[in-house]
Amino acid sequence: MDRNRLHNQVASMRRSLFDQGYLDDQFIQLEELQDDTNPNFVQEVVTLFYNDSTRLIQNIEQALNSRPIDFCKLDDYMHQFKGSSSSIGAKKVTNECTAFREYCNAENAEGCIRSFQQVKQEHAILKRKLEVYLQTVRQASQTA
Amino acid sequence: MGMAIDRDDTQFHVLAVDDSLIDRKLIERLLKTSSFQVTAVDSGSKALEFLGLNNNDADDDEEYEQRDSNTESVSSDEDQDHQDLGLGVNLIITDYCMPGMTGYDLLKKIKKSSSFKDIPVVIMSSENIPSRINRCLEDGAEEFFLKPVQLSDVNKLRPHLMKGRSKDIDSSHKTTSTRLISSGN
Repeated sequence: MDRNRLHNQVASMRRSLFDQGYLDDQFIQLEELQDDTNPNFVQEVVTLFYNDSTRLIQNIEQALNSRPIDFCKLDDYMHQFKGSSSSIGAKKVTNECTAFREYCNAENAEGCIRSFQQVKQEHAILKRKLEVYLQTVRQASQTA
Repeated sequence: MGMAIDRDDTQFHVLAVDDSLIDRKLIERLLKTSSFQVTAVDSGSKALEFLGLNNNDADDDEEYEQRDSNTESVSSDEDQDHQDLGLGVNLIITDYCMPGMTGYDLLKKIKKSSSFKDIPVVIMSSENIPSRINRCLEDGAEEFFLKPVQLSDVNKLRPHLMKGRSKDIDSSHKTTSTRLISSGN
């Protein structure tokens, strides 16, 4: 009974992540690359993303705090950030990155700062959701 | 049944170049899932190093110019050393946007090298810029993939590798004696 409930929970959480636009098809690609020889692939990639993006967030904060603002450097960091988030299928995060880059290209400092708050927010929301989701997936797979 | 050759023709070796840790992990998994042997490096200069080309060699192939001016590319001792050093790389897939040496720079260096110019090079980029894509294809890239790269993209690699493989077979006929076994397939 527990097993079924867990599996239903997993399915429902997963559906919701897609329906609410947090994840896109690229995440399915990650799931498809996971198999018996690489049973933790999705978790590994997600972990890599959060380690990498935390570093980038710090760099972007620093760049936004310096005067004058180096928009070239900012765009470079955000290009990397967007690339990574797109690679894991983090749809909302990627969209916020795109918005940021537009402000960056226009050298609109205020716009960048505002937009970056959005990026961080979506980044944090997805992190929480993925943690819970992947933990539930693990629990479901461990329940015989 | 097929032709009897010295080389084990079951696995192709792909050299993947990308400065992004996540994309490296992804491309490695995509390639391994498709039964390729993979070496992943994080820069163009590491790629050249792996092939046994240092940056100077790649810039102007002075050592090789004289030999190549009169002959078509034929396997020589030095070429073979370089291929051995590069551990038989059959295809290079590289990101375009990398700090220092871009994927395009790497492409140009590979194509200038007499040892490696025949290795197919594929470029990946997260940005869909037609002029960039055209330039890469015109300057010798076999394919241009938009990121995130899909399994369907990786499946497009095999024909380019098979083309290279039959070239290897042709050149190995010059140096080794082989019996052609005609097959019904």
